Amino acid sequence: MTEATTQPGRVLAADGTPLKRSLARALRMQKIRALMLVAPLLIFVLVTFIAPIADMLFRSIENQVVKDTIPRTVEALDSWDPHSTELPPEAVFAALQADLVEAVDQKTHTRLGSRLNYEYSGAASLLRKTGRGVEKMKAPYQEAFLKVDKDWGDLELWRTLYIYSPAYTNGYFLNAVDLKKGIDGPEARPENEQIYILLFKRTMFMSLVITFSCIMLGYPVAWILANIRARTANLLMILVLLPFWTSLLVRTSAWKVMLQQEGVINETLVWLGLVADNDRLILINNQFGTIVAMTHILLPFMILPMYSVMKTIPPSYLRAAKSLGATNWTAFWRVYFPQSVPGIGAGSILVFILAIGYYITPEIVGGTDGTFISNRIAYHISKSLNWGLGAALGAILLGAVLLLYYVYDKIVGIDNVKLGG
Amino acid sequence: MKRINLLLATSAAVSLAAGSAFAADMANEMTIVSWGGAYSASQLNAYHNPYSEKTGVKIINDESSPEAVAKLRAMKEANNLTWDLVDVEAADAIRLCDEGLAMEIDADTQLADAPDGTKAKDDFGDLMVSDCFIPQIVFSTTFGYRKDMVPAGTEPPTGACDVFDLQKYPGKRALNKQPVANMEWALLCDGVAYEDVYDTLETDEGVARAFAKLDTIKDQTIWWTASAQPVQLLADGEIFMGSAYNGRLFAMIEEQKQPVGMAWDWQMFDIDGWVVPAGLPEDRLARVMDYLYFATDTQRLADQAKYISYGPARKSSAPLVGKHATLGIEMAPHMPTDPNNAKHTFVNNYTWWADYRDDLDAKFQAWLAN
Repeated sequence: MTEATTQPGRVLAADGTPLKRSLARALRMQKIRALMLVAPLLIFVLVTFIAPIADMLFRSIENQVVKDTIPRTVEALDSWDPHSTELPPEAVFAALQADLVEAVDQKTHTRLGSRLNYEYSGAASLLRKTGRGVEKMKAPYQEAFLKVDKDWGDLELWRTLYIYSPAYTNGYFLNAVDLKKGIDGPEARPENEQIYILLFKRTMFMSLVITFSCIMLGYPVAWILANIRARTANLLMILVLLPFWTSLLVRTSAWKVMLQQEGVINETLVWLGLVADNDRLILINNQFGTIVAMTHILLPFMILPMYSVMKTIPPSYLRAAKSLGATNWTAFWRVYFPQSVPGIGAGSILVFILAIGYYITPEIVGGTDGTFISNRIAYHISKSLNWGLGAALGAILLGAVLLLYYVYDKIVGIDNVKLGG
Repeated sequence: MKRINLLLATSAAVSLAAGSAFAADMANEMTIVSWGGAYSASQLNAYHNPYSEKTGVKIINDESSPEAVAKLRAMKEANNLTWDLVDVEAADAIRLCDEGLAMEIDADTQLADAPDGTKAKDDFGDLMVSDCFIPQIVFSTTFGYRKDMVPAGTEPPTGACDVFDLQKYPGKRALNKQPVANMEWALLCDGVAYEDVYDTLETDEGVARAFAKLDTIKDQTIWWTASAQPVQLLADGEIFMGSAYNGRLFAMIEEQKQPVGMAWDWQMFDIDGWVVPAGLPEDRLARVMDYLYFATDTQRLADQAKYISYGPARKSSAPLVGKHATLGIEMAPHMPTDPNNAKHTFVNNYTWWADYRDDLDAKFQAWLAN
């Protein structure tokens, strides 16, 4: 008697193992082989892309420098009530002295100073100054610290220290949305320091305007490219790609030459008598200039996906619609346009996501009201070294893009996006 | 006598051995980071080339100074230090020193004395704004104006305060898109005494007062972010006057012969210099210190002024400043430190800015955006 007959319903493979298991093994082997094939790319992406981004995003909540530099003070400060109108007790000052002596030895006290300076102006030089004589300080320490600098008697400083003593903080995120971490939770920033919400809104608004202008300008071009003779289309395609191959900086600077007050456009208008010489148009160093320059720069990203989708729409559909009695407009709107939507979708996502993170062009032609949130991120990464705030701003931007992507998926459907036939 | 001879011989042998061991332990290549353009060229001519000729060391020029602060931090975190010496502005040097990214240097023992024996620290004087910073040049942010756009019958502008006078000098202006210098000028030209400027800026009222003054020219101002921009705007006739680095204006006026004049009064002094990244391996560090000893001595600093109109940071270099290497004009009158140009000067208070930069920058950007 074979096994098969004793266990009805189980089919065996040639080597006697159950077929199900044998099949699973074969499939697993296939999966592993496939994984091995993509492994180099996967590891590359993980190491060079995912890990750095995760590391950078982690900085937006990380705040270990306070705890690491002055551990005893942080512990002693725990029993102090930040609402009180009295300075922390002598024990805290004593702990601070002991901590700072060690920190000065390792030269980390100035790092703490620059961290605290992001929240309390003056902390950088306060720590630098205090560090110089801290070793020679004698009890009572409170008096000694106050003698070095009266700022040590400022309650705000101690509250800042108290608020930022945990190893993780939401302070950067609060700063990134124009709030401030206070002792009783988030507080509003004074109006003359509010900037980020405005910049986020502006970045979104201008990216949408740029995306929309790209659709309006790109659609006819893509249509012409898809519907003329191949040879002419190839020639025109070079014209689309040419700016694509030119350096970004060159293109942006070229717009400066075109749009500035002594530039080509203004000169021509003055020559034609359309604009008075002393009343030239302001076309650059504002939102308008940024939108014009960025629309031009991002246009190929819109035209190319549109073109490749339109290329696959058979011209016979339009002819069929017309022969069935549709007007030109109806034939286009009811038959052609719906089929080209996946191209518009793909182009829009590309242009919008690229626009939202742009910073060189707004920096050069943006003036005061045409700059983006990325210009501030760049400032915090490369100038102020406040990487925590830069990371928080970046994380919010990333979140906003993902949210928009989700909304897009719900409304249009992400399956309805095509980069090509 | 014999014993003394022996002693001398031994000590000579020891020092010789020590000396040669030292030379062998120095790296043969170094990467120096600077700003590029005419400025890097002046360093190449005054420092790098003579040093390479003397020692045979290969010097690689990297033009990453604009993003040096962030890159140094990234290098430190990745534990992969590829730079040996970095040229930065004083304000950045303070930040790098605080962050532990730059090394502290004792100028008196590690740098050359002046020819008359003055110690390096005294020779550099107040310009040593940080323990990690070795000053090189003094430059200034000052004003250039189009000579052909001065209204007929009006005296040409002489200084920073004329930028606020739209009645007398109509037309567009260009200013640096940052609070540094602009806030000080605004208060100064609004009547605040020189010595009270920074105290005033610490108060909310003072900041409001500075912005109110800047408000009067806000819609006539183009804000620049790269140092080439104001010069280009002047050349195109886009602006009547604008703040720019004096070396850029010099090149524009003397080399390109543009119809542009200088308005020096209340120029803002700034310093540029070297920092050594913290954590260099011994052989590379030895090479850098050897280079620094050479490149920051009195003669070398004076030599640099032959190629660019920035003043040498050592007091002892000033009398040695000569003629421009190719133009053949006397350089001293073009230096920001020349008495004729330095009637009123403003010295950037770096330590103050290190404290208040973040705060005022947020306020400045909010003011710009609204």
